[in-house]
Amino acid sequence: MIKPYGDLRRETEARDRSLREKVMSLEEAAALVDDGDHVALGGCTLSRTPMAMVWALIRARKKDLVVSRSITSTEGDLFYGSGASKHVLTSWFSQGIVWGVSKVMRHYTETGQATFEEWSHMAIGVRYRAGAMGVPFIPVRSMMGSDLTGRIDGPKEMDCPFTGEKLLLVPALNPDVALIHVQRCDPYGNAQMDGLPFMDADIAMAANRVILTAERIVSNNQIRRAPDRTKIPFITVDAVVEAPYGCAPHECYGVYEPFLPNLDAYAAQISRDPEAGVKEYLERYVYEPKDWVAYLDLLGMDNVIDAARRGRSVYND
Amino acid sequence: MTENGSHSASELLAVMSSRVLEDGQTVFAGVGIPLLAATLAQRIHAPGLTILFEGGVLGPFIVPGELPPSTNEQRCTRQANMVLSNTDVLLLLQRGYVDIGFMGGAQIDRYGNLNSSFIGDAEDPKIRLPGTGGGNDIASLTRMIVSMIHEKRRFVEDVDFVTSTGYWHGGSSRSDSGLTTGGPYKVITDLAVLGFDEETRRMKVEALHDGVEPEQVQDATGFELMFDDEIGRTDAPTVEELAVLREMDPDRVYIA
Repeated sequence: MIKPYGDLRRETEARDRSLREKVMSLEEAAALVDDGDHVALGGCTLSRTPMAMVWALIRARKKDLVVSRSITSTEGDLFYGSGASKHVLTSWFSQGIVWGVSKVMRHYTETGQATFEEWSHMAIGVRYRAGAMGVPFIPVRSMMGSDLTGRIDGPKEMDCPFTGEKLLLVPALNPDVALIHVQRCDPYGNAQMDGLPFMDADIAMAANRVILTAERIVSNNQIRRAPDRTKIPFITVDAVVEAPYGCAPHECYGVYEPFLPNLDAYAAQISRDPEAGVKEYLERYVYEPKDWVAYLDLLGMDNVIDAARRGRSVYND
Repeated sequence: MTENGSHSASELLAVMSSRVLEDGQTVFAGVGIPLLAATLAQRIHAPGLTILFEGGVLGPFIVPGELPPSTNEQRCTRQANMVLSNTDVLLLLQRGYVDIGFMGGAQIDRYGNLNSSFIGDAEDPKIRLPGTGGGNDIASLTRMIVSMIHEKRRFVEDVDFVTSTGYWHGGSSRSDSGLTTGGPYKVITDLAVLGFDEETRRMKVEALHDGVEPEQVQDATGFELMFDDEIGRTDAPTVEELAVLREMDPDRVYIA
C-alpha cells in the first residue's frame, strides 16, 4: 500500500524534469495513463473537476483504475458506469447535497459491482500530504473510535513515543497519475490557480505523473511576472492540455459556475434506472461527440453562457 | 405558532441552532441548515462570528439568494478573509482554532454517535449513504452541534455504523479511544434542545420548543431519553429571524 521509498525516488529520478514544452491533446495525455493505475483527481465536488481528462480516459476505454479524490461528485458515477473504475477512494460521494444521495453510487456499491473506500476528509488530505513529503505516514487525532477504521486497510493506532498519547497513523498516498485542472499554466506546466486551492498542490507533489488541463495556456514570461501565483511547479508535470470549459458541467473558479440545468437533467436521467441512465448519458455525452468542443455543443450555448456569466461574477463589485 | 403565523420545521431548526452560537466564536459549518443558522446568528446577535467551510474558506459572508450548492464552490468564498486547502482548513480543527462544528446526520444514537455511511449492515447495506466528508473530523476534533428533524428512525439506540464518533459507548470511552477533546455539545431538533449527561454521556432533554410536551419528544425517539430536572422552554422564532432566513433562501431550497 505504501510505495517503498527507494522506488518512489527511482521513479522520480527517471522522469524528464527538464524545462521543456509538454503541450499535447487530450487523447495523447490519456495514453499516459495505464489500466490499473491509481489516478488522483484535483478539485473537490463540483469544483475544478478535471472533467475533460476524465472524459478522455473513459473514451480511451481505460480499465480497473483506482480513483481517489477529496470529495467525489458525478465524475465518480461516470467512472462506475463506464467500468473505467470499480474502486473510488473518497470521503463523500454524491452529486451534491441539493440532489440527494447518488443513485448511481448506490446502485453500483449496493449490488457489489463497485467499491467506495471511505476515509475522513482530513485523513485523505493528510495521506496526499505524506505522499508529497516523501514520508510513509502522518499521525492524526481523527477517525479513532469510529467504524470507518475497521473497513479500510491502512490506518494503524500507536502510542506517541514522546507523549504516550493514542494517535492514528494514516499511510502516504502516492498516486500513479494526478489529473488537475487549472485556470492557466505555461507550456512547461507551471500552473496558477485562482480561488479555492483544494488538495491539488499536494496531489501534484505526491503523484508519479501529472497531467494538467488548463482553461488557457499562457507564456512562460507571463508566469515569471507573478511567480508567487504558481502553485504547481513544472518539474512535477508531464503533460499540458488546453481544455476550455474543461470542468463542464462542473465549475472553474472565476470562469464558470456549475451548469445547473445540465446537472438537474443528469440527476433526472439517472433517477429512473441508474445503470441504464448513466450508460445512456455516457453514450450521448462521452462516446458519441467527435471532440471536446462537440461535447460542449451538446451542453448548449445558452448553458455555457449562463455558467460563464455566473462564474465571472465573482470579479464584479 | 410564531409571532407572524407559521414556520417550517427547517426554519425552526435554523433559528434554534443559531441561538446556540455566540459572538466571537469560530464555527465550522456545512451547507444547508448549519450555514443558514450561522449566517442568521451573524445577522442577529453574533456579528463577530467566523464561519469556516470544509472547501477551504475562512470567514466568508454569504450573499442572500446565492446559497452555495456545497461548501466547495466559488459562492462560498464571497468576502472571505482567506481561502486555503481542504487539508489545511480541516487541520485548524486539530490545532484547536475551532469552537463549534455544526453538522446534520442521517442517524444519531443515545451517545451522540452519528451515521452517514450505511443504513443496515455495512457489508450488505440497505442504503449506501454519501459518507463522512469532514463530519468525522469535526466530531473527532471539536465541540459539535447536530441539527436534525426529530424522528424515531433517526434517533436510534445504536447507530447502524459509527461514521462520526460522539461519546462512543458513553462514560469516558470517547477519550479512552484517543479522542481527548471535543464531543457532542447540543442536538437541536424541531421538538427540543438536547445535551448530554456529564457522567453517563447519555442524551438528555434540556429545553422544549413552544407547544411541545416531554412525551412527544420521547415518542419520537428510539431510546429512553433523560430529562433535565428543570426543563426549559425556548422562545418561538421571531419575525426578524424568519425574515432573515427567507431573505437568505428566497427559493426555499433549505427551509422548505
